Amino acid sequence: MIELTIDGQTVSVTEGSTILDACRRLDVETPTLCYADTLTPVNVCRVCVVEVEGARVLVPSCSRKVEAGMVVHTDSPRVRTSRRMVLELLGSSVDLSTAPDAQRYSAEYGAQPERFGDVATVAQPAKIDNDLYMRDYSKCILCYKCVEACGVDHQNTFAIAVAGRGFEARISTEFDVTLPESACVYCGNCIAVCPTGALMPTSEFNLRRAGTWDESAQSEVDTVCPYCGVGCNLTLHVQDDKIVKVTSPDDHDVTRGNLCVKGRFGYEFVQNRK
Amino acid sequence: MDLRLLSAEPSDAEREAIDTVAGEARADDGRVARADRTRRHLLLPALRAAQRRVGWVSEGALGYASRRLDVPPADAYGVASFYALLSLEERPADVLHACTDLACQLAGAEVPPGAHASPCLGLCERAPAFLRTIAGPEPREVPLPEAGPPLPQRGEPGLRLLRRIAADVDPESLDAYRAHGGYEALRRAFELGQEGVLREVSESRLLGRGGAAFPTGAKWEAVARQKVQPHYLVCNADESEPGTFKDRILMESDPFALVEAMTIAAYATGCEHAYVYVRAEYPVAHARLETAFALARTHGLLGDDVMDTGFSFDMGLRIGAGAYVCGEETALFQSIEGYRGEPRNKPPFPVEVGLFGKPTVVNNVETLFNVLEVVSDTGTVYAQTGTEGSTGTRLFCVSGHVARPGLYEVPFGTNLSDLLERAGARPPKAVLLGGAAGSFLRADQLDLPLTFEDARAAGATLGSGVVLVYDESADLVAAVLRIAEFFRDESCGQCVPCRVGTVRQEEALHRLVAGKANGNEREVLADLTAVMRDASICGLGQTAANAVESAMMNLGVLAP
Repeated sequence: MIELTIDGQTVSVTEGSTILDACRRLDVETPTLCYADTLTPVNVCRVCVVEVEGARVLVPSCSRKVEAGMVVHTDSPRVRTSRRMVLELLGSSVDLSTAPDAQRYSAEYGAQPERFGDVATVAQPAKIDNDLYMRDYSKCILCYKCVEACGVDHQNTFAIAVAGRGFEARISTEFDVTLPESACVYCGNCIAVCPTGALMPTSEFNLRRAGTWDESAQSEVDTVCPYCGVGCNLTLHVQDDKIVKVTSPDDHDVTRGNLCVKGRFGYEFVQNRK
Repeated sequence: MDLRLLSAEPSDAEREAIDTVAGEARADDGRVARADRTRRHLLLPALRAAQRRVGWVSEGALGYASRRLDVPPADAYGVASFYALLSLEERPADVLHACTDLACQLAGAEVPPGAHASPCLGLCERAPAFLRTIAGPEPREVPLPEAGPPLPQRGEPGLRLLRRIAADVDPESLDAYRAHGGYEALRRAFELGQEGVLREVSESRLLGRGGAAFPTGAKWEAVARQKVQPHYLVCNADESEPGTFKDRILMESDPFALVEAMTIAAYATGCEHAYVYVRAEYPVAHARLETAFALARTHGLLGDDVMDTGFSFDMGLRIGAGAYVCGEETALFQSIEGYRGEPRNKPPFPVEVGLFGKPTVVNNVETLFNVLEVVSDTGTVYAQTGTEGSTGTRLFCVSGHVARPGLYEVPFGTNLSDLLERAGARPPKAVLLGGAAGSFLRADQLDLPLTFEDARAAGATLGSGVVLVYDESADLVAAVLRIAEFFRDESCGQCVPCRVGTVRQEEALHRLVAGKANGNEREVLADLTAVMRDASICGLGQTAANAVESAMMNLGVLAP
């Protein structure tokens, strides 16, 4: 066990744990955007940074391993400034209207993205090139999660990657070809990890566009996928007696939140009432 | 599992060019799940070969390189679109890149019609500078003007790192190199043994010359004692800091010295293989190094049995494709491995987890040149030059408003004002010390001993040895805007503070310059400085506000 101090409290965690793990052990709330329990940390959003005594710069708590005797501050002025600025930089360049976590953190840290004035953004038309899901990169914060889910962390399909550089960096297929022309297999595991709604099932996108998407009116029904013998757990999101979205729990032993094209999108037969 | 590939086919010329890197086509090309997935590191060389052959990277060429090297096409596209010198759109075979960076800006650089604006080409002593790239069956790259002014200290006695260059020793002749003391240091290193070399380097208190000033001895010892094998040696020759050209001159004019120094470094740290990663903008250095490698191999100075000692060591050249961030050591590893040049989070540090995940020594070219002096003289004697905290000599790249621009070697502790006098500086309004990631000094701050410790105490940095002089006529606002533009262009885009912060910094400066301020620009700039410095992944973002901040705070540029 490794003992360290976080905000004056002593905590012991197993070797190899991250500072974020230790923070969670102490119920020290730490904002994260590019981190997910089911993915390799890429530590790019920098909203989870903390101050470690003796370190020249702030460190990403999601990936920095604990060391014995570390003294960590998660709410110092330096930490608060950097977290607020990260959220302001995102809020001023990206449409966060369907990103609940980012909105909540922005309020908590007092982010005022409008103070930059009229500035460059990543606004662009949504890409709708297939029946199952759409990609609206004006909502993309470049957290790399979809790329990881499509790649070695989950799906090993490699249909998308980060392309370009700097502010022009973006998620893209090769030469920006459409999804049907790409290696995409429509598992939708990228949608499952997207923290901002940049990736969305067409069913949800259409309801939102029509102004009829209403999470408060939705119920969640857990069941088992009816297709193959693996037995993936499905969570059916039901609104007005219709399935509007299918997910799988992140903590499910078999799926870790992942599904295949049939499990995630092959539910129309259920509501074919003819 | 098979790769899903683009339908576009390569032309015969593209196929041939890529095959020169990837080898003969194999029946199982394009199988992602193949066990020997070790060929991704050839991706950048393959893309570069295709572009040098036909002038750009077409869909057919990218798809073919993907198939030959088992890289998913989306990944290959991500890599190709990362590097500024690779073009994913068809363009003429003959392209002129016009440097518009700091030194060339001062020399009145303009981008001729049809030419591409370029960040610093490392030809600051001959500003304004250009690079012409000509694709075809016999591709070539030509820096323009083709030659710079002679070394200002030519013929001067007492030079160490520059002594062969100052004596005009033929850089393509191994015999000439040997006649001027070449390979005596390696012989001495073998006499000292591995531990002996490590001890001398530690005793020399040599600090890295790339910008971070890390103790070389500590780095070498950390790698030497790593049990994980193999160990790699990497020479960081991706010199791209605006205003810096020292490593280019060393590689172009004294390439065998780099080969010899790297052989010593490899021997001391237990490496059998090394890479020299040189930026694409240095074609003369590429050619001279390849010549040096070949001659060293045929003379038993590289290979299975170096100097009949049984020590096995060889090295290869890796060429970048236009990305300042690849000078960051972990971005450089990513680039060699065939990935986008995105810096890794540290720790783990390269001495433990470096190139291909193995313990790695990374040294800058100038640092390695110093190793020859340390081993020849002994560490103790070496440390008698310079000061307590900064031993040896240092190279400075002097450019801008000076009569004799060029590379200067002076002992640490030399006063900046003396260096400026030697270079014939016009009375300066300001000096940019350390490059775009460095800071501006006022005319009354130039009485500064050039050491790591004095620079630090003055709130400055020697960085990569840039001394860029601005006289009374200089437009410092233009310089500040160029620096902000440079960091915006060169940010890799991985982390939020740098990706968006460098854009917001440039926007705020432009609003101030245009007199269209929101009123909160100074507060915004201070906050941007804080978040970039504190929360960026790598040194690029962490230093992206340094020069801008020093110009505003120290020189009063854009003062209210």
